[in-house]
Amino acid sequence: MVKLFTRFVEIGRVVLVNYGPDYGKLATIIDVVDGNKILVDGPDSGVLRQVIPLKRVSLTDLKVKIPRNAREKTLKKAWVTEKIVARWEQTTWCKKLVAKAKRAALTDFDRFKLMVARKEKSAIIKKHVK
Amino acid sequence: MVQARLRQYQVVGRHVPTEAQPNPTVFRMKIFAPNEVVAKSRFWYFLHQMHKMKKTTGEILDINELVERNSRIIKNYAIWLKYDSRSGTHNMYREYRDLTLTGAVDQLYAEMAGRHRARFRSIQIIRTGVVDAKDVKRAHTMQYHNSGIKFPLPHRIQRPPNKSLRGIYKAVRPNTYYH
Repeated sequence: MVKLFTRFVEIGRVVLVNYGPDYGKLATIIDVVDGNKILVDGPDSGVLRQVIPLKRVSLTDLKVKIPRNAREKTLKKAWVTEKIVARWEQTTWCKKLVAKAKRAALTDFDRFKLMVARKEKSAIIKKHVK
Repeated sequence: MVQARLRQYQVVGRHVPTEAQPNPTVFRMKIFAPNEVVAKSRFWYFLHQMHKMKKTTGEILDINELVERNSRIIKNYAIWLKYDSRSGTHNMYREYRDLTLTGAVDQLYAEMAGRHRARFRSIQIIRTGVVDAKDVKRAHTMQYHNSGIKFPLPHRIQRPPNKSLRGIYKAVRPNTYYH
């Protein structure tokens, strides 16, 4: 049978905040308040311990092993031992976000250089693939 | 971080000393209100129902805000209240899960407005308290007392990262299956 869901709201699940002042930061679920709200903490990324609506987060594939209501210290340690930051940076999701940010930061001249580079690239490909 | 709309105040007051009663009894009340002015007003509102005194014949000795000691873990708050519906007065017991008592009281006023159309003025909070997991009465609070809790988010609508990017029309129907 095909697994319908792979990401769950559970204690230790790493989430990406997608709305509000902590936009774009990673946090971890510490406790579940109710069906719509969770308690998160993200000492590594600068998310203060707070209750956040589930509407404002996206669940990731990552999960850390922490007890319920874990302290900042335990959470930090768990992130280090499970190499969460490195694992997150390897995901396509993170790579896309980085690329997006990079593209947004390009200047007009950068975009021109990019256009030239793409032309060169396609010329090379065309030469070899006929 | 979302701040609670209401705050908890401790208001202390008494009747103004008179020749007949030079040492009037001092009363203390814990009150939920958005600010100190409303808290003092609610103090007189509640006190004049029980004792013959009012704002003009009494004095406020002290008012200070009570803040939550531990707002780092989720607790179960029990709230006993009285409210006036369209047809009568009812007593009620409700439970909420929150970091702070003021947050729970916020939830209470919102829920009373939604479920019972009760406004702020028709709700009186009698007593509040923190209940242990074993003493919780309501199933909807009990179901979250599980450290192995696990549930998916089956139906979601993707939101823009801030309010200004919200649109009225969409070219494509949203995909509700995402995480």
